[in-house]
Amino acid sequence: MTIMLTLSAFSIGIVGAVPLAVGLSSSNILVRLASRLFVDLVRGVPIIVWLFLLKFGIQIGTFKFNPVGAAIVGLGVVSIAYLAEIYRGGLQSVPRGQGEAAHALGLTGGTTFYGVMVPQAFRIVSPSIATYLTGLLKDSSIASTIIVTEMVFQSQAFARQHPTVEGILPYIMVGILYIALSLPVAYLSRRLDSRMRKAVSV
Amino acid sequence: MTWLTEWACYLPQLMSGLGVSLLIAGISIFFGYPLGLVLSLMVTAKNLAVRTLGLAVVEIGRGAPALVILYLFYYGLPKFGIAFESITAACLALTWNSAAYSSEIMRAGLQSVARGQLEASNALGLSQRDTFFRVVMPQGMRSAIPGLMGVAIQMFQGTSLAYGIAVPELMKTAYNIGSQDFNYLQIFTLAGLCYAVISMPATWITVFFEKRMARHT
Repeated sequence: MTIMLTLSAFSIGIVGAVPLAVGLSSSNILVRLASRLFVDLVRGVPIIVWLFLLKFGIQIGTFKFNPVGAAIVGLGVVSIAYLAEIYRGGLQSVPRGQGEAAHALGLTGGTTFYGVMVPQAFRIVSPSIATYLTGLLKDSSIASTIIVTEMVFQSQAFARQHPTVEGILPYIMVGILYIALSLPVAYLSRRLDSRMRKAVSV
Repeated sequence: MTWLTEWACYLPQLMSGLGVSLLIAGISIFFGYPLGLVLSLMVTAKNLAVRTLGLAVVEIGRGAPALVILYLFYYGLPKFGIAFESITAACLALTWNSAAYSSEIMRAGLQSVARGQLEASNALGLSQRDTFFRVVMPQGMRSAIPGLMGVAIQMFQGTSLAYGIAVPELMKTAYNIGSQDFNYLQIFTLAGLCYAVISMPATWITVFFEKRMARHT
């Protein structure tokens, strides 16, 4: 459940952040301000508040979020905001001359963006994205507060049934599991990073 | 309009919760920074045992979710006869968290001090103590400031997790009010705004500092 939550929210974030990142670096000041406000507002409010707002606050007719739905949407929206900020940093770090050169070569706006800017930006931000993914993995633990049966929730259930000394075990195990789960992400990101670096130097 | 009038009567209650949140955040930052400095020195120590211990404390503090550490302190340790009040447990857990995060930022800051500075103070015959406290630390800490401010904001937001161990902070207060009259949407929106009103300007100040320091170096 923890992995499912993390990956669903991450997929929402990684796609949804693209238009927002474009908005953040838009030349239209209104679009830029609106995106900036959205990002800062989402990041300025703790995740647990978003989850409770979605789980208990939203009721449209008979529609109500179930815990898992609320957790995925909540974590997804938060991911969109954080990843958009990371993308924006990446896009900004691509030298200006690249865009100008693409323009001079007569490339269209779309090709310039997707063929020239994005690949270079992605190379720069891929470590930050990996860091965010491990952060998201840990933040998914917050979903236990709205009764999503992920790792922390399960360990609490176990601890309640075992009120003796062994009741401390699940917390320690879960802590170690989180650290263990974030190791492969760190490893893969390092591999990806070094491979892309090689690709550039050729 | 009705929202505003309802918010007005919720606000006093929420403010006492916000006070508790700020208190926990303040304590975890106040103790977290010095502990973080000690940890960052331990991690870079020559002694293997000291280094391993420091690394373990930092990696657990950063690698395990804050919520798990909170539960460990509040629900786990009492099984060994070590019981805390919920606020104390929250302060301890978040202090560990902030110490672990700030130690990494301080370590990066201290390591960013140019090597020549060390060699120069060595050549000038400064003692190791003077080298560290008068040369390395002032320069290293300066570059760590924006990162440390980020940790402070993160800690303030992290206090909302203390809801999980029934600390009467902002989130818990909001939940209690909400469960009385089921106005969850209003009350959580208001609680969210309380968090945002503090963390958003704090983030802007951090960004401002970051830009200013980038200009100077």
